[in-house]
Amino acid sequence: MSATAPTVAAVPANLAEHFPAGVVADTRKGYEGYVVGAAQLLQVAGAIRDKLGYNYLSSVTGVDYPESNQIEVVYHAFKTSGGPGLNFKVQADRNDPVVPSLVGLYPGAEFQEREIFDMYGVRFDGHPDLRRILMWDGFAGYPLRKDWKEPFFEEDLKPFASRWPGGDVRRSEESDPFGANVQYPPEFDPYEWTPETETAIYKLIQPKAGNGNGGHLKTDKLIVNIGPQHPSTHGVFRMVVVLDGETVVDLKPVMGYLHRNHEKIGERNTFLQNMPYTDRLDYLASMSNNHAYALSVERLMGVKVPERAEYLRVLMVELTRICSHMWAIGFLLNDLGAFQTPALYAIKERELILDFFEATAGSRMMCNYMRFGGVSRDLPAALRDENTMDFLRDLVNNRLSYAIDELDRFLTHSEILRSRCIGVGVLPAEKAIAYSAAGPLLRASGVDYDLRRADPYSIYDRFDFNVCTRPNGDVYDRYLVRIDEMRESVRICQQVVAGMPTGGEILAGKPQYNVRVPAGESYGRVENPKGELGFYVVSTGKTNPWRYHVRAPSFVNLTLLGEVCKGHKIADVVVILGSIDIVLGEVDR
Amino acid sequence: MIDELSNPDIPVPDELKASVTITTLDKIYNWSRRSSIWPMVFGLACCAIEMICTAASRFDISRFGMEVFRATPRQSDLMIVSGTVTKKMVPQIVRLYNQMPEPRYVIAMGACASGGGPFKEGYNVVAGIDKYVPVDVYVPGCPPTPQALLHGLIKLQEKIDSQSLRDVRWYKSETNEPVPVPVLGPDLMDPRQYQLIKQRALQAAAQAEA
Ligand code: SF4
Repeated sequence: MSATAPTVAAVPANLAEHFPAGVVADTRKGYEGYVVGAAQLLQVAGAIRDKLGYNYLSSVTGVDYPESNQIEVVYHAFKTSGGPGLNFKVQADRNDPVVPSLVGLYPGAEFQEREIFDMYGVRFDGHPDLRRILMWDGFAGYPLRKDWKEPFFEEDLKPFASRWPGGDVRRSEESDPFGANVQYPPEFDPYEWTPETETAIYKLIQPKAGNGNGGHLKTDKLIVNIGPQHPSTHGVFRMVVVLDGETVVDLKPVMGYLHRNHEKIGERNTFLQNMPYTDRLDYLASMSNNHAYALSVERLMGVKVPERAEYLRVLMVELTRICSHMWAIGFLLNDLGAFQTPALYAIKERELILDFFEATAGSRMMCNYMRFGGVSRDLPAALRDENTMDFLRDLVNNRLSYAIDELDRFLTHSEILRSRCIGVGVLPAEKAIAYSAAGPLLRASGVDYDLRRADPYSIYDRFDFNVCTRPNGDVYDRYLVRIDEMRESVRICQQVVAGMPTGGEILAGKPQYNVRVPAGESYGRVENPKGELGFYVVSTGKTNPWRYHVRAPSFVNLTLLGEVCKGHKIADVVVILGSIDIVLGEVDR
Repeated sequence: MIDELSNPDIPVPDELKASVTITTLDKIYNWSRRSSIWPMVFGLACCAIEMICTAASRFDISRFGMEVFRATPRQSDLMIVSGTVTKKMVPQIVRLYNQMPEPRYVIAMGACASGGGPFKEGYNVVAGIDKYVPVDVYVPGCPPTPQALLHGLIKLQEKIDSQSLRDVRWYKSETNEPVPVPVLGPDLMDPRQYQLIKQRALQAAAQAEA
């Protein structure tokens, strides 16, 4: 195991003894943690949270094992005080999978459990709102089950024989009876089909009759759909809002409009083929995504990343963080009605960073830069006509700090910004933890939890930087945390540029296209600009992952959107959403 | 500007050259349209980020008169399909297209919008927006750089230049039928294909029995 990879430690030895009836240690090769009986799950999870102190449920996901006719639900819980996590699983019968819902204990599980229901058909007993989340109601099948095949299915695993040299490459459309990416059940009659009118969601939030606010004004309750095509939603995201006058009574997020089937495609791909796909998750932070995925696979492979590559990784990731926060701030101002101008300022320096990425990795946005055991290329000698190191030194020592100060100077004390943001969308610390909020959202609520400190990975233990928190948990504090974090990132970049070893290897071993990864499971996580980004990877010892799951911070952070927006004005919803900072590529995957 | 429009075959007296130009109706009609294309504020995925960069200060789309992004299809001339088209989203995209007034144009930006891109095999992905709405310009790339998008926009201007009032569709008397909005069934259903879907589903059932 690599010394620098994040580790999910050996479990406290007493859990199995504690619950002799329902808990056994997971002894499969390369696996860790415990297998809990479905009947005991609530009790065990309660003890894990309250007695052992794992108060933060980071990731919940499913894995299909048709051979043993089981679907496994995997939980990763951590402590917000830091340190390694605890991994426990429940196994359910594939033919009729039912698992108790953990939403009562960890509200942050709500959307993740819905996703498992959507993708695997696992029913969660006691879940308050078990509907499909990424696909639409009425869609046929559970796509992540191993025996479910998509219409353009070619072979189980890549590389497909048809694509090898000399292979007979054809467009998938040619072999499909409809000439398109669709399939229907036998004897299906479209004329008989009643289109889904989303009764379920409207029933859930049906406005109660009568005067809502109890005041002297007569107001009506009204359902408004914001999105999926709306400039304030930062992409194709939709909110169904119940309004009483202008006040939000209830809000339900609807997503999946950009569900691109990352995980299904990822499980057909080879390990390395997934690297460019990770770029397209949070497409404002491709370097960070690369890093998280590389870490989780490296942990299984047990490779040690060379020194220079570690420095390059940290440099790239921190520059990415600055880009992403700049973007978030610029577009928060857009949401506040300061249309375009602040955003133009905010993404000005980003172009310089993108130039640097392009010169190094070959692409502005989709960098595909990291490899298992290092990075793909070293820095170029020159960028435009300047020596790259000179360019970098100027960037991190002068330009970036200046740009951050400039934003700070223009915005932080602006009366409009302050009055629109202070006290809006308040999220108390306990709630933030319970809902598994991550990143600036969590730290703005005063929780001192940054994975770079709490569970250090890569070489972050060598750098001097502060974890930025703010006490109030409102939109303004989230904004401030981002400003602070950019400053800390600049500090880290300065240390990297000053301390980076010149020359030396950037990739352990020789470059390989088809790596064989030892069997086992691994959960690698990093502090992405939006929060904790985790990859849960299961390998069977072959060249393709058996399970490839992305714990996306934007997705999990949305779980609390409805909660935070209630009671605010409709215009504030837009701002609150902007302050959470979502990227739809990651929400829907 | 005057040089750009004037017709060299028709002489204008020297003293009037600064203020008078003689041109064709087509030319001035197309010139004004091509210099004020208003795109819709419409981002789908990663490509939308590069679209925003194209509109930002460095690449400055306003050099082409295109910076007036409109948030409603009713006021837009151009839909830049910037990202992966999913089955869940395509009914809305078709509806937006139908709501745009003529003359309207569509640019498929990036590999996804042009043909499915890296996600083509996905079960929720439509392999190219041209399966539903007519596309005027395809811009390759994943994502296309801002320069590439600008090149696509210039190509669109060239296309506009080549049109003539005499035969453009939107002045013809026959009405333009809207594109049928796809329906979400057990999978995405194109209303134009219902007969085929039914037939194939019956065939599949018969095959399964045999
Ligand atoms: S073409 Fe590439 S960059 Fe554009 S939306 Fe598709 S995956 Fe994203």
